[in-house]
Amino acid sequence: MFGYIVQRILAAIPVMGFVALFVFLLLRLTPGDPAAILAGDTATPEQLEAIRESLGLNDPIFTQFFRWVGQLLQGDFGTSILSGKPVIELIGDRMEPTISLALTTIILSVTIAVPLGVVAAWKQGTLIDRFVMLLSVLGFSVPVFVIGYLMISLFSMELKWFPVQGFRPIGEGLGDFLHRIALPTFTLTLLYIALIARITRTSMLEILGDDYVRTARAKGLPESRVLMRHALRNCSVPIITVIGIGFALIISGVVVTESVFNLPGLGRLTVDAVLSRDYPVIQAVILLASLIYVVINLLIDIAYVLLDPRIRYT
Amino acid sequence: MSLLDIRNLRIALNGAWDAEVVKGLDLSIERGQTMCLVGESGSGKSLTALATMGLLPPALKSVAGSITLKGENLLEAAPARLRDLRATSMSMIFQEPMTALNPVARVGQQIEEVLEFHSDLSQSARRSRVKEMMEAVHLPDVDKMYASFPHQLSGGQRQRIMIAMALIMRPQLLIADEPTTALDVTTQAQILSLIRELREDQGSAVLFITHDMGVVSEIADDVTVLKLGEMMETQAIDDLLRRPQTDYTRDLLRSVPSQVPRPPRDGQSNEVVLSTDNLSKTYSGGGWFSKSREVKAAQDVSISLIKGRTLGIVGESGSGKTTVARCIMRLIDPTSGKINVGGTDIAMLSQKEVKPQRKKIQIVFQDPMRSLNPRIEIGQSIIEGPLNYGTPRDAAMTRARELLELVGLPASAVDRFPHQFSGGQRQRIAIARALAMDPDVLVADEAVSALDVSVQAQVLDLLAELQDRLGLGILFITHDLGVAAQICDDVLVMQHGRVVEYGRAGQVLGAPQQDYTKTLIKAAPGRHWDFANFRPFAEAAE
Repeated sequence: MFGYIVQRILAAIPVMGFVALFVFLLLRLTPGDPAAILAGDTATPEQLEAIRESLGLNDPIFTQFFRWVGQLLQGDFGTSILSGKPVIELIGDRMEPTISLALTTIILSVTIAVPLGVVAAWKQGTLIDRFVMLLSVLGFSVPVFVIGYLMISLFSMELKWFPVQGFRPIGEGLGDFLHRIALPTFTLTLLYIALIARITRTSMLEILGDDYVRTARAKGLPESRVLMRHALRNCSVPIITVIGIGFALIISGVVVTESVFNLPGLGRLTVDAVLSRDYPVIQAVILLASLIYVVINLLIDIAYVLLDPRIRYT
Repeated sequence: MSLLDIRNLRIALNGAWDAEVVKGLDLSIERGQTMCLVGESGSGKSLTALATMGLLPPALKSVAGSITLKGENLLEAAPARLRDLRATSMSMIFQEPMTALNPVARVGQQIEEVLEFHSDLSQSARRSRVKEMMEAVHLPDVDKMYASFPHQLSGGQRQRIMIAMALIMRPQLLIADEPTTALDVTTQAQILSLIRELREDQGSAVLFITHDMGVVSEIADDVTVLKLGEMMETQAIDDLLRRPQTDYTRDLLRSVPSQVPRPPRDGQSNEVVLSTDNLSKTYSGGGWFSKSREVKAAQDVSISLIKGRTLGIVGESGSGKTTVARCIMRLIDPTSGKINVGGTDIAMLSQKEVKPQRKKIQIVFQDPMRSLNPRIEIGQSIIEGPLNYGTPRDAAMTRARELLELVGLPASAVDRFPHQFSGGQRQRIAIARALAMDPDVLVADEAVSALDVSVQAQVLDLLAELQDRLGLGILFITHDLGVAAQICDDVLVMQHGRVVEYGRAGQVLGAPQQDYTKTLIKAAPGRHWDFANFRPFAEAAE
């Protein structure tokens, strides 16, 4: 087990290396000169040259790449061109809203979706099953921003239950935190409930026809035990996979929700950075997103081994 | 009063009473007795068992008649009452112990779960009770085994776990649905004697479902024969084997492969169509952090197959017989040795170099449902090989029609899909597909093992007929000594990847020299009965 984890971490290093190279080349090969942006409209060619020299932009591209990687390894992600602040600080500030939203969304989705999927599979073909399927079609087909604005107009403007927008860190009080994050969470949750409930239902349907489920019933166990311990446990692998990928998708794809609810998260940071060609920030955000994917994949693989004793990696 | 009394049981699919799958079954079992329910696939024997347990799938919930256990009609019992009765008054074990156990739960806990819901024992009392039961079914090292997962046990051990689970509450009725069909013969013999022993210890009644007459002759007190949901007859075992009342039972008994080796055939040819020389296959594994492992799946296997003759490779699971077949087919690459097909050594050729040789040697697999592509018409499946070797489509299709007639199917069947055929018909199609290449050698890997005995007999007859007509050499891989005795000229016995014994069938099966061969023959169920002549062999000799 330990050996397997070490092996997987080692295997992630070249992946991150390729991502870094890709990000670096992508930005160097797109048109636009960072020096020109830094220097502003009134700079003379001499000033531009001086800035290029100081940024090392005149060095061979390989030298630049390895210098950049060297800085990364020391934790130096560069300085934002737009704000002049260190990139790492910017990202650090923006992490909390995004991670908070991702966590609340996933926790709420799993809590609702897994039981829904189990019941739908158990009662296949009944009204409950059809209702769950209908809900999941809705969750998939209505765009996130539509749901967001509907939520705001209903719960904030009409009923005045929740604030329209904004974020309060969890450190400033759980009640306030939940109050403010509720609407964005509900908005995102619908899609993930649809996704997780569907995969749970499908996996459960397959497993419920298996011999060991019949054995469990032949032992005279109550249905709850048959469903939870014998059936659900055996379809945890696909469900965990979807949850993990869902989590990674939220972190790297909350742009719309953050814009609708005006949350100061990573999504907003990325949009701002792209619009103003803030290269160091873009590089760092892409790297971070890749790192999150790699880490989540690693966690999923470890979960497989823990959940299914038949899976053994060498 | 009988312990279990089934009266006029009828089961219909989706409430369609004009299409019943069980049509008026009467059956009763006394305490301490074993009733065998015998029939081929589709006879309704498993459905009868599931109806008794209240475990019929939802599409088959339409049940009429009565199933009375200790005076209580189970068909009228509420779901909660049935749950209480399961494991305490009636238990069931299933055919495939690998799939019948939860793969992600420890086997000890799976047994303990029964006590958790059906007894008031404390956790430690439950645990020691489970271990006692595991000892009672003769499992070794129970402390370690308690914490094992199903995939870590052998097939026989898994079935012992199932039996321990079923019998831990000492139910009066044990239903065993083909409990030894998926097991090797030596393991089967052990499980049968275990069931017999526990029946005597606990005084329970056993409803034993099987299609295997050999097993029936070993374990039954009484036998009920079913055919397509209809009850054929019920008799005490000895009467049934000696004086079957219906044609169907007589046919069933005649289809049972005899354990007596076939008489040797005169050699009109000595042409060797296939031979191997010290063929070996070693699997090696291992990774960065684990020790490398080597599994010698086949070691120094040398065979030779003569034109128009049948060579049988027999052995239990894991003996390496299928590995040998796959090496010969070059579906996997042998590690060392020679494979001569029609004078060419194909053992070490590249896949490209092997291709022209593949025409000469074709294979038929065990499960005809899974070895035919379900979404392609069978005609297309048959001509695919010849098309690959450049035969024009029209010519190949004409040949496919001839082949279908050759294997006893209508030529017009080329447009149909595999699911439109029965298991036996599908195996005929698989044989036609192999013959489409005009091979010199046909490899049959457990080719009749998935078929009912009557169908099995027909397919074996077909193979014999084709062999006569086309001069095929057949390499026949089987675990069933009866089948091997019936059709093989030569027999090779394998164990743990090695050749144990190799010679004429009469020699190897009639007068075996090696202990392992003797053990195998002794374990084969029903070897004392000459089923086809309705008498024990002992009487035939008198």
